[in-house]
Amino acid sequence: MPKDGGIGAATPRREDVRFLTGNGKYTDDINVRGQAYVHFLRSDIAHAKINGIDTSEAEKMDGVIRVFTGADFEAVGSIPCGWQVTDRHGEAMQEPRHPVLAHGKVRHVGDPICAIVAETYEAARDAAEAIDLDLEELPAVVDMKEAVKDGAPKVHDELTSNLCYDWGFVEDNRAAVDEAIKNAHHVTTLELVNNRLVANPMEPRVAVGDYDRSDEEHTLYTTSQNPHVIRLLMGAFVLGIPEHKLRVVAPDVGGGFGTKIFHYAEEAFVTFAAKELNRPVKWTASRSEAFMSDAHGRDHITKIELALDKDNNFTALRTETYANMGAYLSTFAPSVPTWLHGTLMAGNYKTPLIYVNVKAVFTNTVPVDAYRGAGRPEATFQLERVVDKAARELGVDPIALRRQNFITEFPYATPVAVEYDTGDYNATMDKLTEIADLSGFEARRKESEARGKLRGLGLNCYIEACGIAPSNLVGQLGARAGLYDAATVRVNATGSISVMVGAHSHGQGHETAFPQVVADMIGIDASQIDIVHGDTARTPFGMGTYGSRSLAVCGSAMVKATEKIINKAKKIAAHLLEASDEDIELADGQFTVAGTDKSVAWGDVTLAAYVPHNYPLEDIEPGLEETAFYDPANFTYPSGAYACEVEVDPDTGKVTIERFAAADDFGNIINPMIVSGQVHGGLAQGIGQALLENCAYDEDGQILSASYMDYAMPRADDVPFYSVDHSCQTPCTHNPLGVKGCGEAGAIGSPPSVVNAVLDALNAAGHDVPHLDMPLTPSKVWDAMNKGA
Amino acid sequence: MYAFDIERPTTIADAAKALSGEAQALGGGQTLIPTLKARLADPGTLVSLSGISEMQGVCMSDAGEVCIGGGTTHATVAAEATAYPALAETASHIGDPAVRNRGTIGGSLANNDPSACYPAAALASGATIITNAREIAADDYFQGMFTTALDEGEIITEVRFPVPEKANYQKFVQPASRFALVGVYVAKYADGVRVAVTGASEEGVFRWTEAEAALTSNFSAEALDGLSVSADGMIGDLHGSADYRAHLVKVMTGRAVSAAA
Ligand SMILES: Cc1cc2nc3c(=O)[nH]c(=O)nc-3n(C[C@H](O)[C@H](O)[C@H](O)COP(=O)(O)OP(=O)(O)OC[C@H]3O[C@@H](n4cnc5c(N)ncnc54)[C@H](O)[C@@H]3O)c2cc1C
Repeated sequence: MPKDGGIGAATPRREDVRFLTGNGKYTDDINVRGQAYVHFLRSDIAHAKINGIDTSEAEKMDGVIRVFTGADFEAVGSIPCGWQVTDRHGEAMQEPRHPVLAHGKVRHVGDPICAIVAETYEAARDAAEAIDLDLEELPAVVDMKEAVKDGAPKVHDELTSNLCYDWGFVEDNRAAVDEAIKNAHHVTTLELVNNRLVANPMEPRVAVGDYDRSDEEHTLYTTSQNPHVIRLLMGAFVLGIPEHKLRVVAPDVGGGFGTKIFHYAEEAFVTFAAKELNRPVKWTASRSEAFMSDAHGRDHITKIELALDKDNNFTALRTETYANMGAYLSTFAPSVPTWLHGTLMAGNYKTPLIYVNVKAVFTNTVPVDAYRGAGRPEATFQLERVVDKAARELGVDPIALRRQNFITEFPYATPVAVEYDTGDYNATMDKLTEIADLSGFEARRKESEARGKLRGLGLNCYIEACGIAPSNLVGQLGARAGLYDAATVRVNATGSISVMVGAHSHGQGHETAFPQVVADMIGIDASQIDIVHGDTARTPFGMGTYGSRSLAVCGSAMVKATEKIINKAKKIAAHLLEASDEDIELADGQFTVAGTDKSVAWGDVTLAAYVPHNYPLEDIEPGLEETAFYDPANFTYPSGAYACEVEVDPDTGKVTIERFAAADDFGNIINPMIVSGQVHGGLAQGIGQALLENCAYDEDGQILSASYMDYAMPRADDVPFYSVDHSCQTPCTHNPLGVKGCGEAGAIGSPPSVVNAVLDALNAAGHDVPHLDMPLTPSKVWDAMNKGA
Repeated sequence: MYAFDIERPTTIADAAKALSGEAQALGGGQTLIPTLKARLADPGTLVSLSGISEMQGVCMSDAGEVCIGGGTTHATVAAEATAYPALAETASHIGDPAVRNRGTIGGSLANNDPSACYPAAALASGATIITNAREIAADDYFQGMFTTALDEGEIITEVRFPVPEKANYQKFVQPASRFALVGVYVAKYADGVRVAVTGASEEGVFRWTEAEAALTSNFSAEALDGLSVSADGMIGDLHGSADYRAHLVKVMTGRAVSAAA
């Protein structure tokens, strides 16, 4: 049984009290005395030459402080890209300059052209209307395959083409894969689109820049998932501010889903302008701005081929993907379709030969980068769709086909360069069969049919990779940062503890789960422990939260720091108990001399550390504070099996999700309630991608779904009551907690099962529909039934 | 938003006077405020109608019509138009609770969004739109997308609905906005059936007269067999093609007939 409030306890989230009572402190709640407001005048044309910008009228208007244009930033660095991919031929990717404000050209709808700083937002917006822009419209490139053709208009004139890179992985396997596919008994081919999404965190982005002339220190308050990364990128590469003069604070953040990882131009702008104007400058995005300036997600076009032998064993896999980068390279954009996607193409299967080709393409669209799952949903979707399609083509049971090809021995080195440490894919499939009540499906199908509805069952497996590391490896792969994390455990004199972490919580519940670990290790109540995060001035240099890394990486650093604390505390206890260090045991917050009833409480030891009257000063320093950095040896590999049951209304094409079951293996679990919540949220986003969400562009580069009138977010009644289970646990072998990460699984694992279920419903009703691209809107499904796919 | 002045008259007469100059009526603001926030309108002065008590509430006329004040919110109609259950039900599915607690029937009919619900209810019910100046039959009132018979500054003070024997509204929602992708309101009166369609046509709300004739002689979903709606002039967008909308008109009409009560 889990200890109260310790590891394994379903402790309610303590941060929710402040969030649900309106006491959260978000970036927009921060107002610095004397602040001015900036409004960005953004391009409403996808691609144009800037022939002139006349700001003279705007500058004369009431309340206007100054109007900035691209020319003001010529001496300032480019918004950097944090990952350099090397292409098939050993060449570095093409990396264009990304100015803070557009200079020379605008390259997507939403590209900021001018920044108007004024006494009020309204004054800044009024002034924006008085700016005279002379934009010469150029043909826009929106379609990726058109963009890479010879003679296509170039997004960046200084590059040789719109091709950012042409990546082959593993290039040495290419010929063998081609050969295996040529000679295969059966090849299943699938062409698909992984739809472009807008992350839509509830809180739009906000940035406040402040500059203190007395100590020449900059402060940036921003909606970020990783304040240290922003300080590094913006300080070192854009504005040239040394770390000790730049503080980045990311207070409560209302959801990130990846889109708040990246360093954005608006952050650099407010930081720069605050010094330039000697006034704090604040920017709050409107929802409309979020649609055209937050990095988007997904947007791949893929062809995948799966080869099978006569016994239905997978023998080879080949994929070719076009990945949209948008108009500029967002911070981690190049890594998403490559190292977060190609490396996952083995999935749960022992396919011996795999080759992945990815062409990353510049287009006149909003930059695309990591969004919940980042690369792994794209890998999972195509693989689990092609496996399902193969099962249908061969007339075999899709579960049996999967089981037959499962990896069953660990560690397992895939042909795509990663080594899975643990897993048990049959166990999660067994669990899924049980919780999804698969044996009851046929009866439910009949019951639906009696009501005139088509019922379908779809399932899939997934594997994902969390806590991307180790740093020396990712450095070889092109990362321009390390991927360790850090924690400082500060024990106070009376025994309470502050843990300063490099991870950042923006919905994940760190403030509850992290203390559970420390409480368990020491044996004190979790209420004695607080987490401090989101401020470079208060936390050690960690890399933030994304890629389901926080507990596996930062949590491990916290464990190591806590171990150091315990070791030192034992020495103090030994002194107080006049015993030797090795004989001291810690349990339930009491240090005991082994085999005796002599003991001293945690609080007495911590007090002695800070009031060292009776203390081994000659051997150890006073105080009780330790920092640890942790760089993982490998990724962690959560996995699972998901099942979805849908009903399709044959008259309207409307799909409703009747049941959804998720059996996950996240290794050890610290707080099962938080884990379930993370899975629920991920499932909602995955279902959103599968049925509802789509960021559509027209051929001129205008966003057709740029507001909630046209961009469909999943609502509560779009999703069913989920059945989730995480009792299958194969602990990670290389981190001290044995944890794997659970934040993205739901979004990675759910789209294929939804699509598989809809196709099952249609095919069972006699419609021959081999594939449909997401989102499966009623009109698309109806068209497929009535006009063919 | 551009800066504006606001007036809060308490009588229809004062409101009409305030609207005679450069000014615009403000109902629940559920359409107008987002428009202002996007700087798509600059009315100078807004005349709020929400303080006019003679434009509030639901009652019955001597002729047995359900009369709804032009400033009555969707939530009030949903709760109080019990004499006309299909209308109350329609109001209860407009937008979300915040929209229903603010948005008004007058605002909705004045706006005449091609995907809105009330225009279908009013047209199918043969309602009368009462303004500060005159009475307008629903058949004359709706004149295409966002276009009505209202003159500049004219105020909808009341809407009168004859109560049908049976009626039902079927709304197939557009997945993002949850306005009607296609909505069909069917109302059966002693002298015939009326069928009004919203969401589908580029001309805004319209009556499907073939269906009306068929249903008048046989009020059952089967009466629609053999009828079809042309896709010409239907809206085609991200959410559905013109063909799809034309198809849905028939499906929703059949469902409304079957569900009519
Ligand atoms: C999120 C959301 C969802 C919605 N979903 C739906 C839906 O499902 N179905 C649906 O039908 N509608 C929907 N709506 C629209 C909603 O019903 C609005 O309330 C309605 O369209 C406008 O009414 P209002 O009182 O808010 O008018 P306002 O926004 O105040 O005004 C709209 C227009 O009408 C004019 N006006 C207002 N009152 C009068 C009057 N008494 N006389 C003359 N002119 C007047 C104004 O000058 C303005 O031009 C939705 C709105 C939102 C924000």
